[in-house]
Amino acid sequence: MIEGIGLEYFLILSTIVFFTGIYGFLTRKNLITILMSTELILNAVNINFVAFNKYLYPEKLEGQFFALFVIAIAATEVAVAIAIIISLYRRLKTIDVEKANEMKY
Amino acid sequence: MESFGYTVLIPVILFFSFIFIGLAGGKMNKYLSGIIGTVSLLTVTVLSYYTAYSYFFVYGKAGGVYQKIIPFQTEWLRFSEKLYIEMGVLLDPISVMMLVVISTVSLMVHIYSIGYMKEDMGYERFFSFLSLFTFSMTGLVIATNIFQTYVFWELVGVSSYLLIGHYYDRPSAVAASKKAFIVTRFADLGFLIGILILSNITGTFDFKILTDPDGSAITQGSSVAFMGLSVMTWALILVFMGCAGKSAMFPLHIWLPDAMEGPTPVSALIHAATMVVAGVYLVARLFPLYALSAPVALHLVGYVGAFTSLFAAAIACTQTDIKRILAFSTISQIGFMMLGLGVSGYGGENGLGFMASMFHLFNHAMFKALLFLCAGSIIHAVHNNDMNFTGGLRKFMPVTHITFLIACLAIAGIPPFSGFFSKDEILVAAFEHDKFLSVVMFAVAGLTAFYMFRLYFTVFWNKDTQYQKTPHESPKVMAYPLMFLAAASALTGFIPFGNYVTADGSAVETPFHWNVAVPAVAVSFAGILLAMKLYKKESDMPAKISSSLGELYKIVYKKFYIDEIYIFVTKNIIFKYISVPVAWFDRKVVDNTMNGIAALTNFVSVKIKSFQSGQLQQYAYVMVSGMIVLILIALYFMKTF
Amino acid sequence: MEKAMFYILSGMILVFSLLTVTSRRILRAAVYLLFVLLGSAGLFFMLNFNFLAAVQLTVYAGGIIVLIIFSIMLTSHVNEKLEAAGAKKSVFSFLAVAAGAAVTLYAILNYSFPSVSDRVNDSSMKTIGTMLLSYKDDGYVLPFEVISILLLAAMVGAIIIAKREHKL
Repeated sequence: MIEGIGLEYFLILSTIVFFTGIYGFLTRKNLITILMSTELILNAVNINFVAFNKYLYPEKLEGQFFALFVIAIAATEVAVAIAIIISLYRRLKTIDVEKANEMKY
Repeated sequence: MESFGYTVLIPVILFFSFIFIGLAGGKMNKYLSGIIGTVSLLTVTVLSYYTAYSYFFVYGKAGGVYQKIIPFQTEWLRFSEKLYIEMGVLLDPISVMMLVVISTVSLMVHIYSIGYMKEDMGYERFFSFLSLFTFSMTGLVIATNIFQTYVFWELVGVSSYLLIGHYYDRPSAVAASKKAFIVTRFADLGFLIGILILSNITGTFDFKILTDPDGSAITQGSSVAFMGLSVMTWALILVFMGCAGKSAMFPLHIWLPDAMEGPTPVSALIHAATMVVAGVYLVARLFPLYALSAPVALHLVGYVGAFTSLFAAAIACTQTDIKRILAFSTISQIGFMMLGLGVSGYGGENGLGFMASMFHLFNHAMFKALLFLCAGSIIHAVHNNDMNFTGGLRKFMPVTHITFLIACLAIAGIPPFSGFFSKDEILVAAFEHDKFLSVVMFAVAGLTAFYMFRLYFTVFWNKDTQYQKTPHESPKVMAYPLMFLAAASALTGFIPFGNYVTADGSAVETPFHWNVAVPAVAVSFAGILLAMKLYKKESDMPAKISSSLGELYKIVYKKFYIDEIYIFVTKNIIFKYISVPVAWFDRKVVDNTMNGIAALTNFVSVKIKSFQSGQLQQYAYVMVSGMIVLILIALYFMKTF
Repeated sequence: MEKAMFYILSGMILVFSLLTVTSRRILRAAVYLLFVLLGSAGLFFMLNFNFLAAVQLTVYAGGIIVLIIFSIMLTSHVNEKLEAAGAKKSVFSFLAVAAGAAVTLYAILNYSFPSVSDRVNDSSMKTIGTMLLSYKDDGYVLPFEVISILLLAAMVGAIIIAKREHKL
């Protein structure tokens, strides 16, 4: 609890970060930057979890635990995604998402 | 009471013979397939004779009347409570008689073919189809219900098609096989509709119920009228249309002369002795219905038979192809049988025509098969179908000569050969029933004697033709069947047929009518003498006569232009005014509709293909926008604030 | 004081997240992301979630960012400038994102969250450790085990995917 700062402030913050992440996801061309955008999205979700935990159910710890799990999942996701990116780079010599369209039609 | 359960083996053996030769024929010695076919046929013949013996002489009678016995019956297809089709074996005088006829002729043809087809490429194919045909034909005659008859009826048509087209590298044979199939198939359309009407009004397919003279089937359907005739009459006329197609009655006879493109043994078996009499058999099978319930249809049968008989006999007098003369003679003789049925009544003294018709069927099968096999023997020797290229063959081919002479005497109705007895009885029945028809039939009898002896004298006497290769008598394997059939043709007339094969199962008196027999024999002798005068020695008289007849001769020679009329009707009327618009409709309307649908699908799919661009971010964009829309909808409906 | 701190941290998060998605130098973008994550960790500290903040720092800032920088090094040149997104794409994405943000913010601002009195909230490491491995009513042993298996699977998967193919 922070004096004078309500739950809404956290939610507004996380919303903006979340949609910034989506904007990055939609516009970036480099696969690694797209990956970074998803990290932003996940981070926004974490902020939400923590804020809800703190402001609505302070006697429990669910939000914190879920934030922990999200971090763990983000770590696995990055590991696998980077493996894929490297494999793709070896094959196509590029990590531009617009050029990796072999699966079209 | 004997169970007759073994009769089911008759078609089964033939079916397996067909399958075995058909599948394994190419893998084994060529002649082995002929031997296998012949041996299975021999087994079937023995079984048939045994059946005939035990049916006619031991077990078949109950209270002086031959019974209909069903030793085997199984349900084949069930559509509903009432509509179901069975397969089984029905034994009664005509089916047992037909079994004997089929197995005898088929056995003879098998033995004969071993020699006749020796050089042929399609030897195994030929024998396997012969087995198929014999299987179908026996299945047809022992059918317990009209639908089983129909199934085997079509199978017979198919095997006939296959055998006519045996020399499939000859365009004429292919055309003939197609013609035979299409014409008979067209007739079978009427047959099928007839079956449907018949079963609709009587509620059954079963012959035993249908033909029970005291049963309800006879009276049903005669009350409902349609276009001046009862429904039953219409149904039976339609069934007769199928019979006319199979039995080559006018105007559906056009396929039979062309069917002579097939190998000669096939002509002997299918197009002389067995398949073409299937129509006669079916009318006989449904005879109680015809006689008691629809006399108009029976009259139609009689008149069509008589007209066809005269018509075909006239054409036969002008033809020169040996096999075609025999083909027209077959048509003419089947007309005789149809007439016999047409002038018959049901039971007692009235049933003479029925009995005579069956008797004639039996005798005709023997002597006509013999004639065809002799023709095959002649063709085998001189390698030509045209009788103008033959002459004086009696010196080279004594066996063929004698057997052919016996067959000619039999068909001309000279006593004591078999044709005399059956023909005489048909004439008696016609004379008692309808004077006009009997006069026609006397004329036909004279014509028959004339054209048969015209053929006989031209081939075996006449000029001494110089042959490139000296003709030789056929090998023994071909000669023995000829002798057997000649013996049968000479002797079967003495069988007291009236005791065995009658419409109602009880014996019929066959009195000897001098007032019919003497004129009939006289007419036949006149025909023979005329033929002898014209054709025994080489002379120009026949040519003079034909040229003096002028146009009339030409019309008859061209078979009354029936084929041309058919071609005119199909090409100029049906094709031009029905097929062409239908084809136009199909090409323009139906095809374009289908093409339009396909083009539309193609167009749309090309357009929506770009959605599958492989661009990850495009997918994500669509997903995000969709989610936003969904959330808006959810917010709108939840109205939580 | 805390209020000012919150504003500073949230301002930092907002600015750096925007820079992360707009910067055209990829290495810089990674560093800006690091600052976003640090800011978040600061917020967690302020809310007294010390353990979570520590995990955020070590795993996210320490692990993931390093991993990302490694992969950048493997696939791109450091000074390479990224291609800018097409104008059409940017505009449409911005419209969609703005609409989404507007809808979400509208929902948040129109919803009155219940005010909850301050209650005891024990988020010490001991409690967290006990609860993570507890199989009682409020225990998290099942998700914990699931995450463990997920991590193992991801490790194996990453190795196999990134291995050279002819060695398979």
